[in-house]
Amino acid sequence: MKYLDEYRDPVLARRLLDELRQTATRPWRIMEVCGGQTHTLVRQGIDELLPAGMRMIHGPGCPVCVTPLETLDRAMAVAARPGVILTSFGDMLRVPGTDTDLLSLRARGADVRVVYAPMDAVRLAAEHPDREVVFLAVGFETTAPANATAVLHAAGLGLTNFSMLVSHVLVPPAMTALLDDPDCEVQAFLAAGHVCAVMGWREYEPIAARYRVPIVVTGFEPLDLLEGILMAVRQLESGRCEVENQYVRAVRRYGNTKAQDAVREVFQVTDRAWRGIGALPDSGLELAPRYRRFDAARRFDVAGLCPVEDPECIAGAVLTGARLPTDCSAYGTRCTPRHPLGAPMVSSEGTCAAFHAAGRTPARRTA
Amino acid sequence: MTIQCPTPHHDDEVVLLGHGAGGRLTAELLDRLILPALDGGPGPMEDAALLPGYRELVISTDSFVVSPLFFPGGDIGSLAVHGTVNDLAMRGAWPLALSVSLIVEEGLPLAELRAVLSSLGKAAQDAGVPVVTGDTKVVGRGAADRLFINTTGIGQRHGSLHPSAALARPGDAVLLSGPVGLHGTTVLSTREGLGFEGDIASDTRPLHRLVGTLAPLGADVHVLRDPTRGGLAAALNEIARDSSVAVEIEESAVPVPGAVASACDLLGLDPLVVANEGCLVAFVSADAAEGALRAMRSVAEGAGAVRIGEVLPDGPAGRVTLRTLVGARRIVEMPLGEQLPRIC
Repeated sequence: MKYLDEYRDPVLARRLLDELRQTATRPWRIMEVCGGQTHTLVRQGIDELLPAGMRMIHGPGCPVCVTPLETLDRAMAVAARPGVILTSFGDMLRVPGTDTDLLSLRARGADVRVVYAPMDAVRLAAEHPDREVVFLAVGFETTAPANATAVLHAAGLGLTNFSMLVSHVLVPPAMTALLDDPDCEVQAFLAAGHVCAVMGWREYEPIAARYRVPIVVTGFEPLDLLEGILMAVRQLESGRCEVENQYVRAVRRYGNTKAQDAVREVFQVTDRAWRGIGALPDSGLELAPRYRRFDAARRFDVAGLCPVEDPECIAGAVLTGARLPTDCSAYGTRCTPRHPLGAPMVSSEGTCAAFHAAGRTPARRTA
Repeated sequence: MTIQCPTPHHDDEVVLLGHGAGGRLTAELLDRLILPALDGGPGPMEDAALLPGYRELVISTDSFVVSPLFFPGGDIGSLAVHGTVNDLAMRGAWPLALSVSLIVEEGLPLAELRAVLSSLGKAAQDAGVPVVTGDTKVVGRGAADRLFINTTGIGQRHGSLHPSAALARPGDAVLLSGPVGLHGTTVLSTREGLGFEGDIASDTRPLHRLVGTLAPLGADVHVLRDPTRGGLAAALNEIARDSSVAVEIEESAVPVPGAVASACDLLGLDPLVVANEGCLVAFVSADAAEGALRAMRSVAEGAGAVRIGEVLPDGPAGRVTLRTLVGARRIVEMPLGEQLPRIC
């Protein structure tokens, strides 16, 4: 299959692994930023085939995992209102809020619908002028352009019954926050290919230079990951700290400038709380003042909801790469995909869920 | 950085869609609520039950609630026949008779009902099974989603072909009769207008003739299962659990059509968990594996039959593992409930 089989070739994979074993002389610590990359690593068992002592640190790059609790609680409060159709990407439906989740709300009568693109929500609003249609707009830079386009389209149609709960987050501030943490073990990054397809990699160059850390823009197929890891190790072994692009078939240095223009038109940078990490300055996007009429949080007056914390869950440390899911006393016992305590166990991209699906147990830890 | 994590409060008081998805939630509903209420004793969960007092007769019932009613490769009418015929076939049985029960929502165009029933009648005729009884109910608008169909089938077993989910043995070969993921991907794509439906079609078809080719192998055929809801992952986990064995399959050996792989990649779904309606998994003695493959390939339904794995000589009972493309191993879990498309 064009563009798929080529990146899943077992012979090439073994060749890359052999080359990696020959290249690595130290137990390097590399963080893959994106949850999609974590999923491939764990589902393919790649991290267990790495040279002895070398470890992948699974980063905070799962948009479901880092969506703050107040956003979820707001979404549920809005969904419970009569006359509302709450739309969301599928993964968000099982994420636990303070009291419930969207799947359970749907079972109790709320009109919660899975959509595959934000434009679907705009279409719903146009088809149901008597209903309020709200889209839960979460994710990294990857999903921001489509969400911005949906707002522009809704504005063009003059829709007054469409709004968004916006909780976008940006990758570079999270990376610098990690690198500023004295406990940070990360020696190189695999940057998220789809984020860079939109944004390019120019904003990563100052990070690589300032923190002297190699950054490799990497794709999501098994061979992408293996090649990205190999490129990062080569940099580490030779003492280089540059931004390199493994994902050449999808990413250019300047990214997708039209997509960036749409994001700049509709959104503005703001401080954002990351679930499990805390507030990071200038790490999120919110609707710009000229599009604030589409802000569901204002329209439905849902703010100031206080999360309840679970002291046993170490989601934050997992998200920052400081701890493994298997380090958590709740992992696999109180916290499972059936009853997740924290968001990394909810999302199919979440590190805890990926570990659980792969049958990882504390006894099998390699770290 | 501070570390914060909330405690979710789970709603266990109402039925969720996931309870009907064929995964762990379905098993929980069966174990905790349905079976205790019906005096359901312990034992394997089979596709069809032996009719008490009649050693060679099996019975199976199934309800069909698919949306949309029509999809590339089939419709709810043909599916209602194939689903029950196949459940009988997985116990080594030839279908003798079907009942058909319709629950129709007020307002359904008669033309659509006619088209569904015409398809159902043709599917039954093609399968060689008569529809001998039935029932029709009409409910008010909003009380059902257009049309629900229940079919119940009685079947007679082939001579010494007595497969059961509890009969997998260490050393067995695991065979798959054809590609996976077609039905679930087609229905999802058609329902949501995702655009893949031009490239794929449901694999819905009757499998009793395919099972008939295995009849000469008799007792060497230990388990037959059609991996419908929950896909191959659920089927293998159920067999591993009911037989108390460890199963291992080879990722590169599992046939996933290109369009299915593309759709699943785009949506973040796992082809191993997507529903099928026209393939089966067979656990057969290692010595009989080549003969079984030849037999299956002798009919169109099994033309793509392949060996995908084995029952391990030892290993944790109930565990299913997959050897990945890069040579590592991972556990294939029983799916939880609904598959939810990933965000990006």
